[in-house]
Amino acid sequence: MNNPHTNTANAPSTVHSDRIRVDLQLIADMVKPGSRVLDIGCSDGELLGYLTRTKDVDGRGLELSNEGVRNCVAQGLPVMQGDADRDLGDYPDGAFDYAILSQTLQATNRPKEVLAELLRIGNKAIVSFPNFGHWRARFDLMFRGRMPQNPNLPIMWYETPNIHFCTVRDFVAMCDEMGVKIERSMVLNESGSKVSLDSHSRFANFFGNQALFMLSK
Amino acid sequence: MTTVTNTDKRAPLPGHHMVLGETDKLRLDSGVEFGPFTIAYQTYGALNADKSNAILVCHALTGDQYVADEVHPITGKDGWWRELVGPGKIIDTDKYFVICSNVIGGCLGSTGPKDTNPETGKPWGLDFPVITIADMVRAQTMLIDALGIDTLFAVIGGSMGGMQVLEWCKSYPERVFAAAPIATSFRHSAQNIAFHEVGRQAVMADPDWCGGNYLLEGKKPARGLAVARMTAHITYLSQPALHRKFGRKLQNRGAITYSFDHDFQVESYLRHQGKSFVDRFDANSYLYITRAMDYFDLSLEHDGRLADAFKDCKTRFCIVSFSSDWCFTTAESRQLAHALNAASCNVSCVEIESDKGHDAFLLDEPDFHMVLGGFIDGAAESRGLK
Repeated sequence: MNNPHTNTANAPSTVHSDRIRVDLQLIADMVKPGSRVLDIGCSDGELLGYLTRTKDVDGRGLELSNEGVRNCVAQGLPVMQGDADRDLGDYPDGAFDYAILSQTLQATNRPKEVLAELLRIGNKAIVSFPNFGHWRARFDLMFRGRMPQNPNLPIMWYETPNIHFCTVRDFVAMCDEMGVKIERSMVLNESGSKVSLDSHSRFANFFGNQALFMLSK
Repeated sequence: MTTVTNTDKRAPLPGHHMVLGETDKLRLDSGVEFGPFTIAYQTYGALNADKSNAILVCHALTGDQYVADEVHPITGKDGWWRELVGPGKIIDTDKYFVICSNVIGGCLGSTGPKDTNPETGKPWGLDFPVITIADMVRAQTMLIDALGIDTLFAVIGGSMGGMQVLEWCKSYPERVFAAAPIATSFRHSAQNIAFHEVGRQAVMADPDWCGGNYLLEGKKPARGLAVARMTAHITYLSQPALHRKFGRKLQNRGAITYSFDHDFQVESYLRHQGKSFVDRFDANSYLYITRAMDYFDLSLEHDGRLADAFKDCKTRFCIVSFSSDWCFTTAESRQLAHALNAASCNVSCVEIESDKGHDAFLLDEPDFHMVLGGFIDGAAESRGLK
C-alpha cells in the first residue's frame, strides 16, 4: 500500500495512520488508484485521507458538521460543508469516478433521489447502510416489541438521525426499480468485516449487520 | 521595462518600490492606458531556487503592504497579519517567500490619487483613473513578472484581499497553485455598496474635500473621512462583539451629561478609530478603493453564471467565512463554493464560529488558523515544497 505520497517526512503527523475502520477499508478496496472520488458524509476524513495518501486519488468531501469540515481541511483535505439532500445538484454529470455515501443513506430525506444524484455525478456509486433486516433488528421488533438498538444503531428512535431505514432486500428492490446495476455487493458483520454470503440471499439479509454496494447506471 | 528604486523620492516610506508600465502600460478596465506607475511592496523570507515558494498576500481596503512588519512605519503597531505571517508561523517565512504589495490607487507608496500627475505636475485627485479589482491584480501580475516569478504557490487574502485572490484565480488560474479567499465574496452586495456610498458621501460632504483638490488647497477632509471610517468600522464588527466590548458603559464619567459629548465608551472608541484612520489614509484613495470593491462581480461577464468564471481552473481553493460576518456572509461563500464545485474545482469551504464579525479574519481565531495552516501544509506537500 505504500506509494511515494504516503511516507514523506513532512506529512502532517496527526491522524495519518494507514489503518482505517474495517468497513471503510472494504470501500477503499473498491476504489481504483488515481481516480476521482467524492466522499459524501466524510466525517473526520478517515476514508478520504486514506484514499488520498495510499491510492493517490483526487478526492473531495462533503460533510454536514462544521467540526468535521474543520478537522478535514486542517489535515489538508478538500472538504466543504453540505449535505447529500441539498448540495449534490451543483456537481456536473460524471464529475467523479466514484461517489461514496457511507452509512448516510438512511439519514437522508430522499434516499432515492440521492442515489440518482450519486449515479449522475459519479460513474459508480459506493453505498453502505445499516441493514434493518438483520436478525437482531427482527428480534427486537418481534420479541421485544421495541425499535432495534444495537452497537450499529445505538441511538433511541426519538433522537436518531436515521429516518429511512431499509433492509438489504428493500435496497436491491429499489435498485431494480431504478434500473441501477449492482456491480458488487457484500454484507458485513458487527465488526465491519465481510461476511462470506451471497449478498442477494435471504441469509445475507438475515445475518448482515451492514450492507455495502457498488452501483452503476 | 522595470527598475527597482528603493530610494524613490516620491515614496519616503520604507520597503521596496518598483516602477512598472514604462513601455507596456497597464490597461485598465476603464480603457485607460496607465503608466508608468509605482508599486510599493514588502517581501519576507527568501525565494527558492526554482521560484516555487512564493505566496502573495493581498491586503484589504485599508490594509497595506506591511503585512508582517514588526513596526508599521506610520502607526508604530504590528503589521496587520503578524499573527499569521512570520518565521515558524502559519504562513512561514522560513519556508515561503511572502510578497505583499500596496494596491494601485492606494496611498502607502503605490501610485494613487495623492501622487503627482506627470501631465499637470499637480496631484491627480479625481483625475486619477477609476480602478477595479482586476486592475489591482493586473498591476500585481506586472510586479510578479518583474520579480521573475511564474507561478505563485499561493495567493491569500481577506475581504478585498479575497476579491483579489478570486480575480487571480479567474484571470490567471495557471499562475496560482493554491488560493485562500477569506471573509470575502465573488461580488460586492447591495448592502456593502450602500455602506460604501455612505462613506464616500461623508468624505465628499466635508468642505475640506474641495471637490477632491484638497491637496492643492492645503486642506484635508479629516472629518468626512473619519465619519466614513466610523460607519465602516461598525460593519466590520458584530452586534454581540460590540456589546460585549462596550455595553452601555460611560466614558470617564459617572453619569450621562445631557449633551452631545461622547458619553458612551463606544462613541469614544469610534471617534478614536476615525481620528487615527485619517492620519494614515488618503481620502481620495478611500473613494477609489471602495469604488473598486463596489464594481467587483466575477459573474458579470458570464451572464451571472459564476461557475463559468472558473472553468478549467486547476487551483485548489480554501474558502473561509466567519459565522458573525454580516459584510461577507457564509451564504455567499457557499454560493462561491457551489460554483467552484460546478466547475469541478478542488475546493474546501469552512465556516469558523466566531462572534467577532468581519474583522475576525484579522484576529486571533485558533480554528481559522488551524484550517488555513492545514490547507497550506497540504498544498505544500502536493507541490513538493519542503
